[in-house]
Amino acid sequence: MAALHFHNVTLGYDRHPAVHHLNGEVAPGALLAVIGPNGAGKSTLLRGIVGILRPLDGSIHLGGLDSRDIAYLPQSAEIDRSFPISVLDFVATGLWRGTGLFGGIGKAAREKILRAIASVGLNGFENRPIGTLSGGQMQRVLFARVLLQDAGLIVLDEPFNAIDSKTTADLLALVKHWHGEGRTVLAALHDMEMVRTHFSETLVLARGPVAWGPTAEVLTPENLMVAMRMCEAFDDSAAACSADDARSRAA
Amino acid sequence: MIYDALIGPFTEFEFMRRALAAVIALSLAGAPIGVFLMLRRMSLVGDAMAHAILPGAAVGFLLSGLNLFAMTAGGLIAGFAVAILAGLVARSTGLKEDASLATFYLASLALGVTIVSIKGTNIDLLHVLFGNILAMDDQTLLVVAFNATVTLLVLAVIYRPLVIESVDPLFLRTVSRAGGPAHLAFLALVVINLVNGFQALGTLLAVGLMILPAGIARFWSRDLTVMICIAVVAAAVSGYAGLVLSFQTRVPSGPAIILVASALYIVSVLFGRVGGVVRQLFPGRHLEA
Repeated sequence: MAALHFHNVTLGYDRHPAVHHLNGEVAPGALLAVIGPNGAGKSTLLRGIVGILRPLDGSIHLGGLDSRDIAYLPQSAEIDRSFPISVLDFVATGLWRGTGLFGGIGKAAREKILRAIASVGLNGFENRPIGTLSGGQMQRVLFARVLLQDAGLIVLDEPFNAIDSKTTADLLALVKHWHGEGRTVLAALHDMEMVRTHFSETLVLARGPVAWGPTAEVLTPENLMVAMRMCEAFDDSAAACSADDARSRAA
Repeated sequence: MIYDALIGPFTEFEFMRRALAAVIALSLAGAPIGVFLMLRRMSLVGDAMAHAILPGAAVGFLLSGLNLFAMTAGGLIAGFAVAILAGLVARSTGLKEDASLATFYLASLALGVTIVSIKGTNIDLLHVLFGNILAMDDQTLLVVAFNATVTLLVLAVIYRPLVIESVDPLFLRTVSRAGGPAHLAFLALVVINLVNGFQALGTLLAVGLMILPAGIARFWSRDLTVMICIAVVAAAVSGYAGLVLSFQTRVPSGPAIILVASALYIVSVLFGRVGGVVRQLFPGRHLEA
Protein backbone atom coordinates (compact mmCIF):
# COMPACT_ATOMS: atom_id res chain seq x y z
CA MET A 1 0.00 0.00 0.00
CA ALA A 2 1.55 3.30 -1.11
CA ALA A 3 1.62 6.22 1.32
CA LEU A 4 0.63 8.53 -1.52
CA HIS A 5 -0.90 7.76 -4.85
CA PHE A 6 -1.21 10.40 -7.57
CA HIS A 7 -3.74 9.56 -10.19
CA ASN A 8 -3.51 11.91 -13.19
CA VAL A 9 -3.32 14.88 -10.81
CA THR A 10 -3.65 18.39 -12.18
CA LEU A 11 -3.39 21.20 -9.64
CA GLY A 12 -3.55 24.89 -10.34
CA TYR A 13 -5.16 28.25 -9.96
CA ASP A 14 -7.99 29.73 -12.03
CA ARG A 15 -8.05 26.64 -14.27
CA HIS A 16 -4.38 27.20 -15.22
CA PRO A 17 -2.40 24.09 -14.33
CA ALA A 18 0.68 24.51 -12.13
CA VAL A 19 1.13 20.73 -11.83
CA HIS A 20 0.05 18.94 -14.96
CA HIS A 21 -1.02 15.27 -15.24
CA LEU A 22 1.11 13.76 -12.50
CA ASN A 23 0.93 10.01 -11.98
CA GLY A 24 2.86 7.90 -9.52
CA GLU A 25 3.27 6.53 -6.04
CA VAL A 26 5.27 7.35 -2.96
CA ALA A 27 6.16 4.26 -0.94
CA PRO A 28 5.66 4.30 2.84
CA GLY A 29 8.81 5.45 4.59
CA ALA A 30 10.21 7.11 1.47
CA LEU A 31 12.49 10.12 1.70
CA LEU A 32 11.55 12.04 -1.44
CA ALA A 33 13.03 15.32 -2.65
CA VAL A 34 10.93 17.42 -5.03
CA ILE A 35 13.12 19.69 -7.14
CA GLY A 36 12.57 22.02 -10.04
CA PRO A 37 12.96 25.68 -11.01
CA ASN A 38 10.86 28.44 -9.47
CA GLY A 39 7.30 28.16 -10.70
CA ALA A 40 7.68 24.46 -11.41
CA GLY A 41 4.73 23.64 -9.15
CA LYS A 42 6.60 22.21 -6.16
CA SER A 43 4.69 24.22 -3.56
CA THR A 44 1.44 23.68 -5.43
CA LEU A 45 1.96 19.93 -5.37
CA LEU A 46 2.64 19.97 -1.63
CA ARG A 47 -0.44 22.12 -1.00
CA GLY A 48 -2.45 19.58 -2.95
CA ILE A 49 -1.08 16.72 -0.86
CA VAL A 50 -1.98 18.34 2.46
CA GLY A 51 -5.43 19.18 1.16
CA ILE A 52 -5.27 22.98 1.16
CA LEU A 53 -5.66 23.02 -2.62
CA ARG A 54 -8.19 20.79 -4.33
CA PRO A 55 -7.04 19.15 -7.59
CA LEU A 56 -8.51 20.61 -10.78
CA ASP A 57 -8.50 17.09 -12.13
CA GLY A 58 -7.50 13.60 -11.05
CA SER A 59 -7.07 12.57 -7.43
CA ILE A 60 -4.54 12.16 -4.65
CA HIS A 61 -4.99 9.11 -2.40
CA LEU A 62 -3.48 9.11 1.06
CA GLY A 63 -3.21 5.34 1.40
CA GLY A 64 -5.28 5.01 4.56
CA LEU A 65 -3.81 8.09 6.22
CA ASP A 66 -6.16 10.51 7.89
CA SER A 67 -5.64 14.06 6.60
CA ARG A 68 -4.73 14.96 10.17
CA ASP A 69 -1.88 12.46 10.01
CA ILE A 70 0.05 14.86 7.82
CA ALA A 71 2.41 17.48 9.19
CA TYR A 72 2.95 20.37 6.80
CA LEU A 73 5.65 22.99 7.04
CA PRO A 74 4.78 25.74 4.56
CA GLN A 75 7.25 28.01 2.85
CA SER A 76 7.68 31.39 4.59
CA ALA A 77 4.56 30.49 6.55
CA GLU A 78 1.70 32.93 6.72
CA ILE A 79 2.48 33.30 10.39
CA ASP A 80 1.61 36.54 12.12
CA ARG A 81 4.83 36.92 14.08
CA SER A 82 3.51 40.02 15.87
CA PHE A 83 0.84 37.98 17.66
CA PRO A 84 1.67 37.76 21.38
CA ILE A 85 2.23 34.02 21.76
CA SER A 86 5.17 32.30 23.43
CA VAL A 87 7.38 29.66 21.83
CA LEU A 88 5.97 27.10 24.27
CA ASP A 89 2.34 27.81 23.38
CA PHE A 90 3.10 27.94 19.69
CA VAL A 91 4.90 24.60 19.65
CA ALA A 92 2.12 23.16 21.83
CA THR A 93 -0.36 23.66 18.97
CA GLY A 94 1.38 20.68 17.38
CA LEU A 95 -0.49 18.53 19.90
CA TRP A 96 -3.82 19.58 18.37
CA ARG A 97 -4.67 16.05 17.26
CA GLY A 98 -4.58 14.91 20.88
CA THR A 99 -6.00 17.96 22.61
CA GLY A 100 -8.48 19.34 20.08
CA LEU A 101 -10.58 22.29 21.17
CA PHE A 102 -10.68 21.68 24.89
CA GLY A 103 -8.17 19.02 25.88
CA GLY A 104 -5.85 20.17 28.61
CA ILE A 105 -2.08 20.02 28.47
CA GLY A 106 -1.01 17.94 31.42
CA LYS A 107 2.36 17.25 32.90
CA ALA A 108 3.27 14.51 30.40
CA ALA A 109 2.28 16.66 27.43
CA ARG A 110 4.25 19.57 28.84
CA GLU A 111 7.30 17.35 29.14
CA LYS A 112 6.84 16.35 25.51
CA ILE A 113 6.67 19.97 24.41
CA LEU A 114 9.79 20.87 26.36
CA ARG A 115 11.62 17.88 24.87
CA ALA A 116 10.59 18.95 21.35
CA ILE A 117 11.86 22.46 21.99
CA ALA A 118 15.10 21.07 23.41
CA SER A 119 15.63 18.73 20.47
CA VAL A 120 15.65 21.64 18.03
CA GLY A 121 18.19 23.38 20.26
CA LEU A 122 16.00 26.11 21.68
CA ASN A 123 16.28 25.41 25.43
CA GLY A 124 15.61 28.57 27.36
CA PHE A 125 13.45 30.09 24.63
CA GLU A 126 10.19 28.64 25.99
CA ASN A 127 8.72 31.91 27.20
CA ARG A 128 10.02 34.16 24.45
CA PRO A 129 7.32 35.68 22.20
CA ILE A 130 7.72 34.32 18.66
CA GLY A 131 8.08 37.89 17.40
CA THR A 132 11.53 38.15 18.99
CA LEU A 133 13.04 35.13 17.19
CA SER A 134 15.40 35.24 14.24
CA GLY A 135 14.49 33.56 10.96
CA GLY A 136 16.55 30.47 11.75
CA GLN A 137 15.12 30.20 15.27
CA MET A 138 11.60 30.50 13.91
CA GLN A 139 12.33 27.66 11.49
CA ARG A 140 13.53 25.57 14.45
CA VAL A 141 10.26 26.36 16.25
CA LEU A 142 8.29 25.17 13.21
CA PHE A 143 10.31 21.94 13.15
CA ALA A 144 9.57 21.44 16.84
CA ARG A 145 5.87 21.72 16.08
CA VAL A 146 6.15 19.19 13.23
CA LEU A 147 7.96 16.92 15.70
CA LEU A 148 5.04 17.10 18.13
CA GLN A 149 2.51 16.43 15.39
CA ASP A 150 3.90 12.90 15.29
CA ALA A 151 2.61 12.44 11.74
CA GLY A 152 3.02 9.51 9.39
CA LEU A 153 3.55 11.83 6.42
CA ILE A 154 5.72 14.92 6.77
CA VAL A 155 5.63 17.55 4.03
CA LEU A 156 8.31 20.24 4.06
CA ASP A 157 8.22 23.15 1.61
CA GLU A 158 11.74 24.53 1.10
CA PRO A 159 12.57 24.08 4.78
CA PHE A 160 16.17 25.26 4.49
CA ASN A 161 15.67 28.53 2.62
CA ALA A 162 17.65 31.44 4.05
CA ILE A 163 18.93 29.30 6.92
CA ASP A 164 22.61 29.18 7.93
CA SER A 165 24.62 25.97 7.56
CA LYS A 166 24.60 25.12 11.28
CA THR A 167 20.81 25.32 11.51
CA THR A 168 20.45 23.46 8.21
CA ALA A 169 22.65 20.64 9.51
CA ASP A 170 20.68 20.40 12.77
CA LEU A 171 17.32 20.36 11.02
CA LEU A 172 18.50 17.97 8.32
CA ALA A 173 19.52 15.56 11.07
CA LEU A 174 15.96 15.77 12.36
CA VAL A 175 14.60 14.98 8.88
CA LYS A 176 16.84 11.91 8.67
CA HIS A 177 15.74 10.90 12.16
CA TRP A 178 12.10 10.99 10.98
CA HIS A 179 13.07 8.91 7.98
CA GLY A 180 14.73 6.43 10.33
CA GLU A 181 11.50 6.15 12.32
CA GLY A 182 9.73 4.97 9.19
CA ARG A 183 7.80 8.15 8.49
CA THR A 184 7.27 9.25 4.89
CA VAL A 185 9.02 12.55 4.26
CA LEU A 186 8.57 14.82 1.22
CA ALA A 187 10.63 17.97 0.85
CA ALA A 188 10.74 20.63 -1.85
CA LEU A 189 14.39 21.63 -2.17
CA HIS A 190 16.79 23.77 -4.19
CA ASP A 191 20.15 22.57 -2.99
CA MET A 192 21.19 19.82 -5.46
CA GLU A 193 24.20 18.85 -3.36
CA MET A 194 21.98 18.20 -0.35
CA VAL A 195 19.54 16.18 -2.44
CA ARG A 196 22.36 14.10 -3.88
CA THR A 197 23.87 13.26 -0.50
CA HIS A 198 20.83 12.90 1.72
CA PHE A 199 17.72 12.01 -0.27
CA SER A 200 17.28 8.56 -1.75
CA GLU A 201 14.48 9.41 -4.15
CA THR A 202 13.89 12.50 -6.30
CA LEU A 203 11.06 13.93 -8.36
CA VAL A 204 12.13 16.53 -10.92
CA LEU A 205 9.10 18.68 -11.54
CA ALA A 206 8.54 21.24 -14.27
CA ARG A 207 4.78 21.57 -14.22
CA GLY A 208 4.70 18.03 -15.57
CA PRO A 209 6.99 15.36 -14.10
CA VAL A 210 10.37 15.35 -15.88
CA ALA A 211 11.80 12.35 -14.06
CA TRP A 212 11.06 10.41 -10.89
CA GLY A 213 13.16 7.70 -9.31
CA PRO A 214 16.36 6.98 -7.36
CA THR A 215 18.26 10.23 -6.97
CA ALA A 216 21.46 9.00 -8.64
CA GLU A 217 19.56 8.12 -11.83
CA VAL A 218 17.23 11.10 -11.90
CA LEU A 219 19.52 13.97 -10.99
CA THR A 220 21.28 14.24 -14.34
CA PRO A 221 22.29 17.45 -16.18
CA GLU A 222 19.94 16.49 -19.04
CA ASN A 223 16.89 16.24 -16.78
CA LEU A 224 17.75 19.51 -15.08
CA MET A 225 18.14 21.24 -18.46
CA VAL A 226 14.70 20.03 -19.50
CA ALA A 227 13.23 21.34 -16.26
CA MET A 228 14.96 24.72 -16.65
CA ARG A 229 13.58 25.26 -20.13
CA MET A 230 10.04 24.99 -18.87
CA CYS A 231 8.03 28.07 -19.68
CA GLU A 232 6.95 29.81 -16.47
CA ALA A 233 4.17 32.08 -17.62
CA PHE A 234 0.56 31.06 -17.86
CA ASP A 235 -0.90 31.53 -21.32
CA ASP A 236 -4.06 33.56 -20.77
CA SER A 237 -5.58 32.38 -24.02
CA ALA A 238 -4.72 28.70 -23.50
CA ALA A 239 -7.34 26.28 -24.74
CA ALA A 240 -8.86 23.68 -22.44
CA CYS A 241 -6.47 20.77 -21.96
CA SER A 242 -7.22 17.92 -24.32
CA ALA A 243 -5.01 15.23 -22.78
CA ASP A 244 -8.04 13.61 -21.18
CA ASP A 245 -9.88 13.37 -24.50
CA ALA A 246 -6.87 11.77 -26.13
CA ARG A 247 -6.66 9.27 -23.27
CA SER A 248 -10.31 8.29 -23.50
CA ARG A 249 -10.08 7.91 -27.29
CA ALA A 250 -7.11 5.62 -26.88
CA ALA A 251 -9.04 3.54 -24.39
CA MET B 1 -15.50 65.81 49.64
CA ILE B 2 -13.70 63.13 47.60
CA TYR B 3 -16.34 60.66 48.72
CA ASP B 4 -19.08 62.99 47.46
CA ALA B 5 -17.40 63.32 44.08
CA LEU B 6 -16.35 59.71 43.44
CA ILE B 7 -18.78 57.47 45.32
CA GLY B 8 -21.68 59.73 46.28
CA PRO B 9 -23.38 59.72 42.87
CA PHE B 10 -23.62 55.94 42.94
CA THR B 11 -24.96 55.59 46.51
CA GLU B 12 -27.42 58.40 45.95
CA PHE B 13 -28.92 57.67 42.54
CA GLU B 14 -30.17 54.38 41.24
CA PHE B 15 -29.71 55.31 37.58
CA MET B 16 -26.01 55.82 38.26
CA ARG B 17 -25.74 52.38 39.85
CA ARG B 18 -27.46 50.80 36.86
CA ALA B 19 -25.19 52.68 34.50
CA LEU B 20 -22.13 51.46 36.40
CA ALA B 21 -23.35 47.86 36.32
CA ALA B 22 -24.01 48.15 32.59
CA VAL B 23 -20.62 49.62 31.82
CA ILE B 24 -18.85 46.90 33.83
CA ALA B 25 -20.77 44.19 31.96
CA LEU B 26 -19.86 45.85 28.68
CA SER B 27 -16.19 45.99 29.70
CA LEU B 28 -16.02 42.34 30.73
CA ALA B 29 -17.28 41.08 27.39
CA GLY B 30 -16.37 43.84 24.93
CA ALA B 31 -12.73 44.38 25.87
CA PRO B 32 -11.57 40.78 25.15
CA ILE B 33 -13.39 40.92 21.81
CA GLY B 34 -11.62 44.20 21.13
CA VAL B 35 -8.23 42.62 21.86
CA PHE B 36 -8.88 39.93 19.26
CA LEU B 37 -10.19 42.49 16.76
CA MET B 38 -6.96 44.42 17.15
CA LEU B 39 -4.65 41.38 16.99
CA ARG B 40 -6.47 40.09 13.90
CA ARG B 41 -6.03 43.54 12.30
CA MET B 42 -9.77 43.94 12.25
CA SER B 43 -10.09 47.13 14.33
CA LEU B 44 -11.77 48.99 11.50
CA VAL B 45 -13.92 45.97 10.77
CA GLY B 46 -15.49 46.50 14.19
CA ASP B 47 -16.11 50.10 13.25
CA ALA B 48 -17.71 49.08 9.98
CA MET B 49 -19.90 46.51 11.73
CA ALA B 50 -21.12 49.23 14.09
CA HIS B 51 -22.50 51.10 11.11
CA ALA B 52 -23.92 47.94 9.60
CA ILE B 53 -26.30 47.33 12.52
CA LEU B 54 -27.99 50.71 12.02
CA PRO B 55 -30.73 49.68 9.53
CA GLY B 56 -31.84 46.79 11.70
CA ALA B 57 -32.07 49.01 14.75
CA ALA B 58 -33.85 51.62 12.66
CA VAL B 59 -36.44 49.12 11.47
CA GLY B 60 -37.03 48.09 15.09
CA PHE B 61 -37.40 51.76 15.95
CA LEU B 62 -39.90 52.30 13.09
CA LEU B 63 -42.01 49.35 14.16
CA SER B 64 -42.15 49.96 17.91
CA GLY B 65 -40.68 53.35 18.70
CA LEU B 66 -37.83 53.72 21.18
CA ASN B 67 -38.13 50.14 22.39
CA LEU B 68 -34.69 48.77 23.15
CA PHE B 69 -35.72 45.14 22.63
CA ALA B 70 -37.04 45.73 19.14
CA MET B 71 -34.00 47.80 18.26
CA THR B 72 -31.63 45.18 19.69
CA ALA B 73 -33.30 42.35 17.80
CA GLY B 74 -33.24 44.37 14.57
CA GLY B 75 -29.61 45.31 15.12
CA LEU B 76 -28.63 41.70 15.74
CA ILE B 77 -30.34 40.52 12.55
CA ALA B 78 -28.80 43.25 10.41
CA GLY B 79 -25.39 42.79 11.98
CA PHE B 80 -25.40 39.02 11.57
CA ALA B 81 -26.59 39.33 7.99
CA VAL B 82 -23.80 41.71 7.06
CA ALA B 83 -21.12 39.85 9.05
CA ILE B 84 -22.01 36.45 7.64
CA LEU B 85 -22.49 37.68 4.08
CA ALA B 86 -19.18 39.52 4.16
CA GLY B 87 -17.48 36.55 5.79
CA LEU B 88 -18.83 34.14 3.19
CA VAL B 89 -17.90 36.40 0.30
CA ALA B 90 -14.38 36.76 1.70
CA ARG B 91 -14.00 33.02 2.22
CA SER B 92 -15.43 31.86 -1.09
CA THR B 93 -13.77 34.48 -3.31
CA GLY B 94 -10.34 36.06 -3.37
CA LEU B 95 -11.69 39.33 -1.94
CA LYS B 96 -10.20 40.31 1.43
CA GLU B 97 -12.52 40.47 4.41
CA ASP B 98 -12.14 44.24 4.87
CA ALA B 99 -12.98 45.00 1.26
CA SER B 100 -16.09 42.83 1.19
CA LEU B 101 -17.22 44.24 4.52
CA ALA B 102 -16.72 47.83 3.34
CA THR B 103 -19.20 47.35 0.51
CA PHE B 104 -21.79 45.66 2.73
CA TYR B 105 -21.57 48.16 5.56
CA LEU B 106 -21.81 51.20 3.29
CA ALA B 107 -25.02 49.86 1.77
CA SER B 108 -26.30 49.03 5.23
CA LEU B 109 -25.45 52.44 6.68
CA ALA B 110 -27.15 54.28 3.82
CA LEU B 111 -30.24 52.15 4.33
CA GLY B 112 -30.23 52.80 8.08
CA VAL B 113 -29.94 56.58 7.83
CA THR B 114 -32.72 56.58 5.24
CA ILE B 115 -35.03 54.61 7.51
CA VAL B 116 -34.38 56.76 10.59
CA SER B 117 -34.85 60.02 8.72
CA ILE B 118 -38.18 58.88 7.25
CA LYS B 119 -39.85 58.75 10.64
CA GLY B 120 -37.68 59.92 13.50
CA THR B 121 -37.15 63.34 15.08
CA ASN B 122 -33.72 64.79 15.74
CA ILE B 123 -33.89 63.64 19.37
CA ASP B 124 -34.50 60.07 18.25
CA LEU B 125 -31.63 60.25 15.83
CA LEU B 126 -29.33 61.52 18.60
CA HIS B 127 -30.41 58.67 20.85
CA VAL B 128 -29.74 56.10 18.14
CA LEU B 129 -26.38 57.57 17.26
CA PHE B 130 -25.08 58.20 20.79
CA GLY B 131 -27.19 56.05 23.11
CA ASN B 132 -28.07 56.89 26.69
CA ILE B 133 -26.53 54.82 29.43
CA LEU B 134 -28.32 56.81 32.12
CA ALA B 135 -31.71 55.60 30.91
CA MET B 136 -31.20 51.88 31.59
CA ASP B 137 -34.23 50.07 32.98
CA ASP B 138 -34.06 46.70 34.71
CA GLN B 139 -34.90 44.72 31.62
CA THR B 140 -32.33 46.43 29.46
CA LEU B 141 -29.70 45.88 32.12
CA LEU B 142 -30.57 42.18 32.17
CA VAL B 143 -30.25 42.00 28.39
CA VAL B 144 -26.82 43.63 28.57
CA ALA B 145 -25.67 41.25 31.32
CA PHE B 146 -27.08 38.25 29.42
CA ASN B 147 -25.27 39.20 26.22
CA ALA B 148 -22.04 39.69 28.13
CA THR B 149 -22.36 36.25 29.73
CA VAL B 150 -23.05 34.58 26.39
CA THR B 151 -20.05 36.36 24.91
CA LEU B 152 -17.67 35.10 27.57
CA LEU B 153 -18.98 31.53 27.30
CA VAL B 154 -18.71 31.42 23.50
CA LEU B 155 -15.29 33.04 23.63
CA ALA B 156 -14.14 30.30 25.99
CA VAL B 157 -15.33 27.67 23.51
CA ILE B 158 -13.66 29.17 20.43
CA TYR B 159 -10.60 30.56 22.21
CA ARG B 160 -8.07 27.96 21.07
CA PRO B 161 -8.95 27.83 17.36
CA LEU B 162 -9.32 31.61 17.37
CA VAL B 163 -5.81 32.10 18.73
CA ILE B 164 -4.28 29.55 16.35
CA GLU B 165 -6.14 31.01 13.39
CA SER B 166 -4.83 34.45 14.29
CA VAL B 167 -1.21 33.27 14.42
CA ASP B 168 -1.06 30.61 11.73
CA PRO B 169 -4.28 30.15 9.74
CA LEU B 170 -2.67 27.72 7.30
CA PHE B 171 -1.68 25.38 10.11
CA LEU B 172 -5.17 25.36 11.57
CA ARG B 173 -6.56 24.48 8.14
CA THR B 174 -4.30 21.45 7.93
CA VAL B 175 -5.25 20.07 11.36
CA SER B 176 -8.87 21.08 11.84
CA ARG B 177 -12.02 22.40 10.28
CA ALA B 178 -12.76 24.55 13.32
CA GLY B 179 -11.21 27.68 11.78
CA GLY B 180 -14.19 28.71 9.67
CA PRO B 181 -16.87 28.21 12.32
CA ALA B 182 -14.68 29.87 14.95
CA HIS B 183 -14.23 32.89 12.70
CA LEU B 184 -17.98 33.19 12.06
CA ALA B 185 -18.73 32.77 15.76
CA PHE B 186 -16.24 35.51 16.50
CA LEU B 187 -17.93 37.86 14.02
CA ALA B 188 -21.25 37.05 15.70
CA LEU B 189 -19.74 37.98 19.08
CA VAL B 190 -18.56 41.27 17.60
CA VAL B 191 -22.14 42.00 16.52
CA ILE B 192 -23.63 41.01 19.89
CA ASN B 193 -21.26 43.29 21.73
CA LEU B 194 -21.82 46.17 19.34
CA VAL B 195 -25.57 45.92 19.85
CA ASN B 196 -24.91 45.66 23.57
CA GLY B 197 -22.81 48.79 23.59
CA PHE B 198 -25.28 50.43 21.25
CA GLN B 199 -27.83 50.81 24.04
CA ALA B 200 -25.32 52.52 26.26
CA LEU B 201 -23.08 54.39 23.88
CA GLY B 202 -24.94 54.49 20.56
CA THR B 203 -23.95 53.14 17.16
CA LEU B 204 -21.07 55.51 16.63
CA LEU B 205 -19.28 55.03 19.97
CA ALA B 206 -20.16 51.41 20.81
CA VAL B 207 -16.99 50.14 19.22
CA GLY B 208 -14.95 52.58 21.34
CA LEU B 209 -15.27 50.55 24.53
CA MET B 210 -13.91 47.53 22.60
CA ILE B 211 -11.05 48.96 20.56
CA LEU B 212 -9.64 51.68 22.83
CA PRO B 213 -8.99 49.35 25.82
CA ALA B 214 -7.36 46.87 23.43
CA GLY B 215 -5.11 49.63 22.11
CA ILE B 216 -4.23 50.59 25.68
CA ALA B 217 -3.40 47.00 26.62
CA ARG B 218 -1.04 46.60 23.63
CA PHE B 219 1.28 49.19 25.19
CA TRP B 220 1.59 47.40 28.53
CA SER B 221 2.07 43.71 27.81
CA ARG B 222 3.32 41.18 25.27
CA ASP B 223 1.25 38.37 26.74
CA LEU B 224 -2.24 37.66 25.44
CA THR B 225 -3.80 36.75 28.79
CA VAL B 226 -2.35 39.80 30.49
CA MET B 227 -3.46 41.98 27.57
CA ILE B 228 -7.03 40.80 27.92
CA CYS B 229 -7.01 41.51 31.67
CA ILE B 230 -5.54 44.97 31.20
CA ALA B 231 -8.11 45.74 28.50
CA VAL B 232 -11.01 44.73 30.77
CA VAL B 233 -9.68 46.84 33.64
CA ALA B 234 -9.01 49.80 31.34
CA ALA B 235 -12.55 49.61 29.96
CA ALA B 236 -14.14 49.39 33.41
CA VAL B 237 -12.03 52.27 34.74
CA SER B 238 -12.92 54.39 31.71
CA GLY B 239 -16.58 53.56 32.25
CA TYR B 240 -16.52 54.48 35.92
CA ALA B 241 -14.49 57.67 35.44
CA GLY B 242 -16.60 58.67 32.45
CA LEU B 243 -19.79 58.32 34.49
CA VAL B 244 -18.35 60.44 37.31
CA LEU B 245 -17.15 63.03 34.81
CA SER B 246 -20.52 63.07 33.15
CA PHE B 247 -22.33 63.45 36.49
CA GLN B 248 -20.16 66.35 37.64
CA THR B 249 -19.87 68.29 34.40
CA ARG B 250 -22.97 67.44 32.38
CA VAL B 251 -20.88 66.11 29.49
CA PRO B 252 -23.10 63.43 27.88
CA SER B 253 -22.25 60.06 29.42
CA GLY B 254 -21.32 58.08 26.27
CA PRO B 255 -18.81 60.61 24.94
CA ALA B 256 -17.44 61.12 28.48
CA ILE B 257 -16.62 57.40 28.78
CA ILE B 258 -14.90 57.32 25.40
CA LEU B 259 -13.01 60.56 26.16
CA VAL B 260 -11.62 59.06 29.37
CA ALA B 261 -10.60 55.92 27.44
CA SER B 262 -8.93 58.13 24.82
CA ALA B 263 -7.02 59.97 27.54
CA LEU B 264 -5.82 56.62 28.94
CA TYR B 265 -4.83 55.62 25.42
CA ILE B 266 -2.73 58.77 24.94
CA VAL B 267 -1.02 58.18 28.29
CA SER B 268 -0.29 54.60 27.19
CA VAL B 269 1.10 55.70 23.82
CA LEU B 270 3.42 58.09 25.64
CA PHE B 271 4.47 56.05 28.64
CA GLY B 272 3.63 52.43 27.80
CA ARG B 273 6.21 49.80 28.74
CA VAL B 274 5.93 48.03 25.38
CA GLY B 275 6.85 50.40 22.56
CA GLY B 276 5.68 53.62 24.24
CA VAL B 277 7.08 56.88 22.85
CA VAL B 278 9.06 57.85 25.96
CA ARG B 279 10.45 54.35 26.22
CA GLN B 280 11.62 54.54 22.62
CA LEU B 281 13.18 57.98 23.03
CA PHE B 282 14.97 57.08 26.26
CA PRO B 283 15.54 53.32 26.10
CA GLY B 284 18.44 53.39 28.54
CA ARG B 285 21.87 51.90 27.86
CA HIS B 286 21.92 48.75 25.78
CA LEU B 287 22.30 45.48 27.61
CA GLU B 288 25.24 43.11 27.67
CA ALA B 289 23.41 40.20 26.03
